[in-house]
Amino acid sequence: MLEQQLLNALTLGSVYALFALGFTLVFGVLAVINLSHGAVFMVGSYAALALVTRLEAPLWAAMLGAMLVSGTLGLLVDMLILKPLRARNAPHLIPMIATIGVGIMLTSTAQGLFGAEILRFPDGILPAGEFVVGDVHVRALEIAIVAIAFVLMAVLFAVLKRTQLGRALRAIAESPKAAWLLGINVERLFHITSFAAAALGGIAGVLIGLNFNAITPQMGQPILHKGIAAIILGGMGDIRGALFGGLFLGFAEVISKAYLSSQMGDAVAFGLLFLILLVRPSGLFGRKLERKA
Amino acid sequence: MMDWLPGNFSDFWSTYSTLVFSVGVHALLALSIWLTLSCGLLSLANAAFMGIGAYVSALLTLHLEWSFGTVLLAGGIAPAVVALIIGAPVLRLSGVYLAMATLAFGEVVRITVLNLEITGGPEGLNGIPLATEGWHIALLLALTVYGLARLRRSKVGRAFEAIKEDEVAARLMGVDVDRYKLLAFVLGGFIAGIAGALNAHFTFFISPREYGFENAVDILTMAVLGGTSGLVGPMLGASILTLLPELLRSLHDFRSLVNGAILVLVVLFLPKGIWEPRRIRNWLNRNKGKPA
Amino acid sequence: MSANLLSIRNVGKHFGGLHVLHDVSFEVPAGCIYGLIGPNGAGKTTVFNLVTGLLAPSSGSIDFRGESLLGLAPHRITQRGVARTFQNIRIFKEMDLLENVMVGRHEHLKYGGAGLFFNTRAYRAAERRARERALELLTWVGLAHKADMLADNLSYGDQRKLEFARALATEPKLLLLDEPVAGMNPAEKTVLMEEIRNIRERGYGVFMIEHDMRFVMGVCDRIAVLNFGRIIAEGTPDEVRNNPEVIEAYLGKEDAA
Repeated sequence: MLEQQLLNALTLGSVYALFALGFTLVFGVLAVINLSHGAVFMVGSYAALALVTRLEAPLWAAMLGAMLVSGTLGLLVDMLILKPLRARNAPHLIPMIATIGVGIMLTSTAQGLFGAEILRFPDGILPAGEFVVGDVHVRALEIAIVAIAFVLMAVLFAVLKRTQLGRALRAIAESPKAAWLLGINVERLFHITSFAAAALGGIAGVLIGLNFNAITPQMGQPILHKGIAAIILGGMGDIRGALFGGLFLGFAEVISKAYLSSQMGDAVAFGLLFLILLVRPSGLFGRKLERKA
Repeated sequence: MMDWLPGNFSDFWSTYSTLVFSVGVHALLALSIWLTLSCGLLSLANAAFMGIGAYVSALLTLHLEWSFGTVLLAGGIAPAVVALIIGAPVLRLSGVYLAMATLAFGEVVRITVLNLEITGGPEGLNGIPLATEGWHIALLLALTVYGLARLRRSKVGRAFEAIKEDEVAARLMGVDVDRYKLLAFVLGGFIAGIAGALNAHFTFFISPREYGFENAVDILTMAVLGGTSGLVGPMLGASILTLLPELLRSLHDFRSLVNGAILVLVVLFLPKGIWEPRRIRNWLNRNKGKPA
Repeated sequence: MSANLLSIRNVGKHFGGLHVLHDVSFEVPAGCIYGLIGPNGAGKTTVFNLVTGLLAPSSGSIDFRGESLLGLAPHRITQRGVARTFQNIRIFKEMDLLENVMVGRHEHLKYGGAGLFFNTRAYRAAERRARERALELLTWVGLAHKADMLADNLSYGDQRKLEFARALATEPKLLLLDEPVAGMNPAEKTVLMEEIRNIRERGYGVFMIEHDMRFVMGVCDRIAVLNFGRIIAEGTPDEVRNNPEVIEAYLGKEDAA
């Protein structure tokens, strides 16, 4: 049933897009491939779960709390690790490796605190409604996920497009040095970006955790691959590209699972990515190439 | 997996030897990525090259019963040929784009292996004869170290370093940059393939899970942790990251926390890795200057 | 073989709609110190980039010793006998001085992988010769005593000298110098002037871009003047100095400054 599949794809794709947006934002502004973004995603879902189960917070508060927790985590990573690396002008590979370490630490901590088994949200927390349109079963949860993802993305786009902050961020993405010369407080904006990107990653974690109702310490790993794929597809550092890339991957995954063997679909997807990189390093949707040194 | 019972020597040895073998194989892998790094290339294809070497050699052993020596060689040549084919287009990319393209290539390899009949799909290959012995690894590691050390001191090593520092200047000194990059990439693939073939013939069993993104990152981490300014660093990094999890067994679930923390701390406080000859020399000299 | 080392004929270069060079033609004779001058942005470094193969001309031809350089990769052009230095020095900072110069010997080391691996006598002899030649060049620029120092630790002037030695190590027939005296004090300039004359005496051709008019007029045998991507004058220093168009376009501006 194609319509049902398309709905699933939209749900998944919108969360991928949300995740990829944070990922690409950090790359665009800080020029760092943040490989801890998957772990931050995982932390977000555990934070929401803990708030719901231990503090009996309502779901909306748990979501906000998860964004705050993961955002703070992103901010700390930037202040404690990425900032000193920037200060000594480390080559781009070095911060990437540091974020690998952060990812390992977070995953291991989660496993130590919550165990390796799959955890689930308690009954009655998830919006249970479901209605039928034609042949398609629409869960209220899915609508909520898509709505939250798109609202957050709309906010991000509006901020980037319309505000002074957004203009400053885009200036940094073009050239941090020029931005600094223009009197922009580059460090502060790096912190803001790190916070916002991690918060987006965290809420994406909550949404995926709700969608599949399964939370594990390892759940950040597959989404990290998707995130990498999405930003390659969309052009690295390109905000709109990440949105398209994430949605595209959601659709590709669901459709290929339904009509191909799921794994072969992945091989085709990564084969395509590989070719895209060779032919068009700026991505399928990307317009701008890498930042000038 | 490695329940160590004191007093039971054969158990002790099986644990111990596997660990030592792993250190050797990881050292080869770390050296393979060092080679591309020394040429300024951030390539993350080495786990995939290792996988190609492992599968090709294991299949040759299982189906054609080739001799172990030939199988090892084939395990090195197969990924080298793949590297040669994909090298020309891939190596036009630089920096992060190269890293991403090689990662994507790695995923293609992993998922292909996962889906082919002959490779045993997700279950992998079982019952690979145990052919690797300690001296095989020691000899190949020694040969690799010797070869790379010779390479470093020659025009090839100087060309690599020049390319790493300034590609344009290297070109204008008469260095055929594209050819040397390809050489580093192919040679790195060859070494990683040999490591994979050695590994396949002492673990009894291989599966696609061992050659994915995480493994690619692990290999890179070993080299960077140890330090990439020479050959000792990558081997040291490989040893540490292989042995550390064993030493930290008592920490149970938290042991990789220490692993990750060490990674972060080294990156922050030892920018050139643990083994950096110049820093160590300076430190020794300073101490020498002090009265005892 | 023609008497001209380098012939640039009707060369044009544009990047998209931006025309950098129009119909540029001039000849660098053998055994000559040739200067290319012109105001900032006139396209001088572009000329160097075209000659060394870093860029391809949009039109026209570039011949070196009677053979076309068009379509050759930069390292092939170096192997034909063209070497250059850079306006913003590009030495290999993490290598010592000797290694820097030995990179320039790259194409002259003819051993293969087997010789390298087995450390054969031929290999050792080739490496020794390269080392000796590199040391000779370092001695010549006065840096031999710093041979095992990291290039990064050199002073600015020494870095220029090192780049000079490295370029000569490729055994060029034509040496391109991009602003060789930038940042040098008068004493250093005088020494360099002598060294460049020395290079010519040794049979190299020298082709330089330079802003320092006193230096250019003092050392060059012939000069071409580039302005807004066109050659507006060419000749001996005296001819160029007295060319009214040059005075207006370039020297005049300098007087006004």
